[in-house]
Amino acid sequence: MSLGLVLGKIMGHARSDSEKQSPYECGFEAFEDARMKFDVRYYLVAILFIIFDLEIAFLFPWAVALDGIGLVGFWAMMIFLGVLVIGFIYEWRKGALDWE
Amino acid sequence: MEAIYQFINQQLLMPMSAMMFPADLQAEGLYLMQTSLKVMAILSPVLFTVAYFTYAERKIIGFIQGRIGPNRVGFFGFKLWGLGQPIADAVKLIVKEIVIPSGANKTLFVIAPIVSLAPSLAAWAVVPFDDTKVLADINAGLLYILALTSLAVYGVIIAGWASNSKYAFLGAIRSAAQIVAYEIAMGFALVGVLVAAGSLNLGDIVMAQSGSVFHWFWLPLLPLFLIYFISGVAETNRAPFDVAEGESEIVAGFHVEYGGMAFSVFFMAEYANMVLISVLSAIMFLGGWLSPLQGILPESVLSSEVIGSLIGPGLHWLLIKTSIFMFFFLWLRATFPRYRYDQIMRLGWKVFIPITIVWLVVVSALVVAGVPPWFD
Repeated sequence: MSLGLVLGKIMGHARSDSEKQSPYECGFEAFEDARMKFDVRYYLVAILFIIFDLEIAFLFPWAVALDGIGLVGFWAMMIFLGVLVIGFIYEWRKGALDWE
Repeated sequence: MEAIYQFINQQLLMPMSAMMFPADLQAEGLYLMQTSLKVMAILSPVLFTVAYFTYAERKIIGFIQGRIGPNRVGFFGFKLWGLGQPIADAVKLIVKEIVIPSGANKTLFVIAPIVSLAPSLAAWAVVPFDDTKVLADINAGLLYILALTSLAVYGVIIAGWASNSKYAFLGAIRSAAQIVAYEIAMGFALVGVLVAAGSLNLGDIVMAQSGSVFHWFWLPLLPLFLIYFISGVAETNRAPFDVAEGESEIVAGFHVEYGGMAFSVFFMAEYANMVLISVLSAIMFLGGWLSPLQGILPESVLSSEVIGSLIGPGLHWLLIKTSIFMFFFLWLRATFPRYRYDQIMRLGWKVFIPITIVWLVVVSALVVAGVPPWFD
């Protein structure tokens, strides 16, 4: 892969000028900083993702051991899932998942 | 296959390692060379598939839309239905200039395509092609897959940030939020497979599905199967979930500033990811290399010498199943208009995640109760 990039760099033409190297913006001169403000909801999605991804990480060992831990283990995880589902319903009702 | 490997091993690798490595490092040197050979034996077909997948895409979508698709570039003056197209494209992309924008973070800008391609190739290490043919027969296979498919988002974010361009930045945050949202549904679907199979090893997951077509996990895990594949489409930023590229609004999204080989590495990453999702769906839900005739024909026919190699379990079934999923990717793209961003997020968060949680509970209850024919 890196080889591919190096190959591309070697074989490719290299005729650049400042116009060519400026960021692409449909023919405009670039204005403002490209790293601009963005919607806070993206941030919220990232936070919610961490919670659920951790949940998945907890589910993995439980799923492997499910044969050995029997009913007690099953209900223990159901309680854990129940707590998370309550949290999920709360954020749903609060509108954290809406995009309009 | 086995015979060829043994031949190369004895005639080429053993003398070479004897020449290259000092006596006390013989074994390690030989192992290193054998592994490199196996990696090449897996990755060259994968990259070949990726190249010709682009050709298949243009040809199939052309067919669906009543066009012909590429049909001119051939070999040695023969047109051969345009089969030379991917090679011509590769040559063209190699000789193009790689423009690094003046405002870009140079290191990140160069690293980003590599970061996005590497995980989708590395994941092939744990893919079982047969009950014996797998590069790394590790017990944490599914966890490794989950980890590597999650890494794909870094390439996108790094590319969008390093480009220092508004379109790239918008494409990157859109795509990151989308990938992250569907990652959860995908993770839950993987846990469902894990509960049903009781093992993280992909080979064991396939073996847990043996019996008949109805023992394959697509039936007991039907909602998870559909959600896994649709999430896979969203993860790879493919149509109809391709707002990250959205060529009619933000031009090309996160890779708008990339050209030449740097762009083609992104392009290869996208297609390699699609092939990977297809092969994983085939392994986890459609019984991998198992034959669909198992349970219909008697076992003695399937394991017989001549007919068994054709209709018995084997690599060819995995390839057929994978091709079906790859075709679905193209079919979806030719059929559906692009989703709006709020529709994508609603589908991910409000439809897929509740369904997967409910079905996870159902599956684990079935497993604990030992419901036949799947979980007895």
